[in-house]
Amino acid sequence: MKRRWLTAPYIIWMLLFTIVPLCIVIYFAFTDSVTGAFTFANIVSILDYASIFLRSIWLSVAATLLCLIIGYPVAYTIAQCKPRTQRILQMLIMLPMCLSFLLRTLAWVALLEDTGILNSLITSIGLKPLPLIRNSGAVILGMVYNYLPYMILPLYSSISKINPKLMEAAADLGCSRRQSFTKVILPLSMPGIASGITMVFVPAVSTFYISQKLGSPGTIMVGDVIESQFKGAYNPNLGAAMSLILLILIFICIGLSNRVTKQHNNEEVTL
Amino acid sequence: MRKASKVITVLVFIFLYFPIVILAVASFSSGSDIAVFKDFTFSRYAELFKDSTLLNLARNSAIIAIVSTIIATALGTTAAVGINRMSKKMRGLVMGMTNIPITNPDIVTGVSLALMFAFTGTILKLNSVLGFWTLLIAHVTFNLPYVILNVMPRISQMDPNLTDAAMDLGCTPAKAFFKVTLHEIMPGVIAGALMSFTMSLDDFVISYFVTGFGFVTLPVEIYNYTKKPIHPKVYALFTLLFLVILILMIVMNILQSRSESRREKMHIRAKAAGGEV
Amino acid sequence: MAAELIRLKDLVMEFGNERVLDSMNLTIEDKKFLTLLGPSGCGKTTTLRIIAGFQKPTSGEVYFDGQPITDLPPYKRPVNTVFQNYALFPHLDVYDNIAFGLRISKLPEKEIDRRVGEMLASVSLKGFENRPIASLSGGQQQRVAIARALVNRPKVLLLDEPLGALDLRLRMDMQNELKQIQQEVGITFVYVTHDQEEALSMSDTVVVMDAGKILQIGTPEDIYNEPANAFVADFIGESNILDGIMLEDYKVKMFGQEFTCVDKGFEKNEPVDVVIRPEDIDIVAADAGHLCGTVTNVIFKGVHYDTIVDFKGFKWLIQTTDYYPVDSYIGIQLNPDDIHVMKRSEYSGLYGDYSTFSDEYDDITNADESADEE
Repeated sequence: MKRRWLTAPYIIWMLLFTIVPLCIVIYFAFTDSVTGAFTFANIVSILDYASIFLRSIWLSVAATLLCLIIGYPVAYTIAQCKPRTQRILQMLIMLPMCLSFLLRTLAWVALLEDTGILNSLITSIGLKPLPLIRNSGAVILGMVYNYLPYMILPLYSSISKINPKLMEAAADLGCSRRQSFTKVILPLSMPGIASGITMVFVPAVSTFYISQKLGSPGTIMVGDVIESQFKGAYNPNLGAAMSLILLILIFICIGLSNRVTKQHNNEEVTL
Repeated sequence: MRKASKVITVLVFIFLYFPIVILAVASFSSGSDIAVFKDFTFSRYAELFKDSTLLNLARNSAIIAIVSTIIATALGTTAAVGINRMSKKMRGLVMGMTNIPITNPDIVTGVSLALMFAFTGTILKLNSVLGFWTLLIAHVTFNLPYVILNVMPRISQMDPNLTDAAMDLGCTPAKAFFKVTLHEIMPGVIAGALMSFTMSLDDFVISYFVTGFGFVTLPVEIYNYTKKPIHPKVYALFTLLFLVILILMIVMNILQSRSESRREKMHIRAKAAGGEV
Repeated sequence: MAAELIRLKDLVMEFGNERVLDSMNLTIEDKKFLTLLGPSGCGKTTTLRIIAGFQKPTSGEVYFDGQPITDLPPYKRPVNTVFQNYALFPHLDVYDNIAFGLRISKLPEKEIDRRVGEMLASVSLKGFENRPIASLSGGQQQRVAIARALVNRPKVLLLDEPLGALDLRLRMDMQNELKQIQQEVGITFVYVTHDQEEALSMSDTVVVMDAGKILQIGTPEDIYNEPANAFVADFIGESNILDGIMLEDYKVKMFGQEFTCVDKGFEKNEPVDVVIRPEDIDIVAADAGHLCGTVTNVIFKGVHYDTIVDFKGFKWLIQTTDYYPVDSYIGIQLNPDDIHVMKRSEYSGLYGDYSTFSDEYDDITNADESADEE
């Protein structure tokens, strides 16, 4: 067909502005910042930041799991509502995603600050103020707060697609409520779990700002370091190398999670 | 267990909206500390509309969001029509490419575009290429996939005979697109456009890397603000944006439920017509 | 003989490696009702889409009034289509749907109004002008689709399984109505269906297709009474198809017995397929029959009984109004004009045996129900 020209501009655009930039990242990662010569130095020097990479991963894995644990019942509850209510609740979940995440994070600072809203409540009833901010917990909380909708929405969409008759069928075949959940709903919502994990983990592991505001120097994350390579210390080659490693780490983590969810899925299906 | 789920759901909604309420309340406080509510006042809003820098930034954000949305919607919608007609293999390839900006972390997208712009800058021997155009390109790039992902399902759900019917009745392919196809996929196009608009309006991470001194958007400047004590009129702006997005979402919701009820009616009719077979 | 309107010459259509049309040649006469009949995937819809211009054949030509139109886009062809599932524009009401084509050709609004009004009257939809499409029943949508096509006064109306989505009762009514409309407007109808009953009851000419090839072209009577091969015999109605040997003109041998028939023009001792329609067979007492067999299965069908009779291991379907219980030993009588002799073909031996009676019957009904996916 002669309809090639319909997609041609799009394909050219995407090649130019997603594929080419990624190639340039690879180029920068393997060249020296001064001479421009090929080098592994950038990649090797990332070893110095290994602890930051590990911390980013553990913080974001923790946040992702929390999102899953909190998000699943929410998604399940929404999916049980009347269609109209479902749409409204879905909208209410999406709404915060569209609002400045900087300011919303800042609101948490106001809440958690040593002299903040929560602590003034605590002190007003005669208790000692709690160290709510500038620790890993606060960073995880910030991530859960910001990325929870990204978990709930895919979970909701996969749960709501499950035919409610299946629950009846499971009950008919002798499953208790709990069993029909673990044997039917959970395996069928695996695709939603997989995509929810991806959608939370990717932005969480690469985030910057959250730990700048809610964490301490001890909770610095990869995103913060990459940012500083471009905006502060200015070593784009190191920044590019870090971005590359971050991408690879993300692919590995996502691959692992897909494997777990898919395997689980297959097992359940053959059962 | 169901009860527990319901309780968690309520708590989650409180959790999600509590900080937003805090900010909204702060926008009516005469004090400058967000944690302490002083007297009720509208003066923050008055200050906001007098602050030409802030309004300018908001205007910049709006311009970028509107222009990038228009470009992404036009480019994405036509592309989606084309992708739908591709062979399975090609379609898989193109959709794979479409997913890149969505699955890549924002920081990597931002960094990679920034590096490319810097790279072209040095080749062209320009001092600073970062500004309006680079920002626009970046926004169109991350908006495009959302348009396509919203429009594609509409196109594949559409009865392919409708386009044929229009041509059968004398429409050229282009006319058939505007007279029939576009009507059919409109909800998807609108949803895609609204999504791009809000994404673009709120984007901070990518904009932060590809913007220069010449053209700054609101979220980027807010980031710079938040390094120092923030002026409460920003809360007023936040509250206004919240209302704007709320209205957009309600519009989207109504459109969606309308098209859904129409589809349902069609479905019921079709069933009634041929159901007895 | 009527004038030629459309001619398809050596049409070949390939999708990838799949050959959907295999050098098809067909002449469609003016003002006739022609039906392309065949099972799913036989190429009938593809043929229609090539005539409409939605698809370009891999090779071959389409002539309209003697002019080649193979490269002409659909919007420049003097044909209109009634689509499977109608393809009505859901965003327009009944009036605007029907007026769509006229507006595209920029007719004055007054003329449009007049013609749409006429059309609405002739499909009995007066008063439905401003109804949204979604509020119409299947039958009404069907009428709108026909009106939308006919209002443009095409020289040919193409209909792609237009009755497929309707229930049985409505389908019968619409068959009559379509035939009537065709006679009233006096244009050519090219009708695609997999339903043999539709084809037989409406058409002037039936074209039976399978696997991208035309197997037989003829009047409904020809097709039914003189099927060209085992496939056609089996596809159109029920048939018992037997191996036979044509001893000489008017003499065929089957089951080791000689029968007189009305066919001639075969080689001496040529192996042939013999078709015997179930309703042509008379059951008589065992000692009076040409052949004798045992009843193995009887199903009451309302008008008649479907009786399966085993003749030396080969099971026949016989339709009788009299009831013969299972295990009764009966004879049958065959008159010369009940026997139809066909040339051997690639389809020989594939059809016409009722030993797996119940299964095959199910298959047939299923195939009829499943929509034609092409």
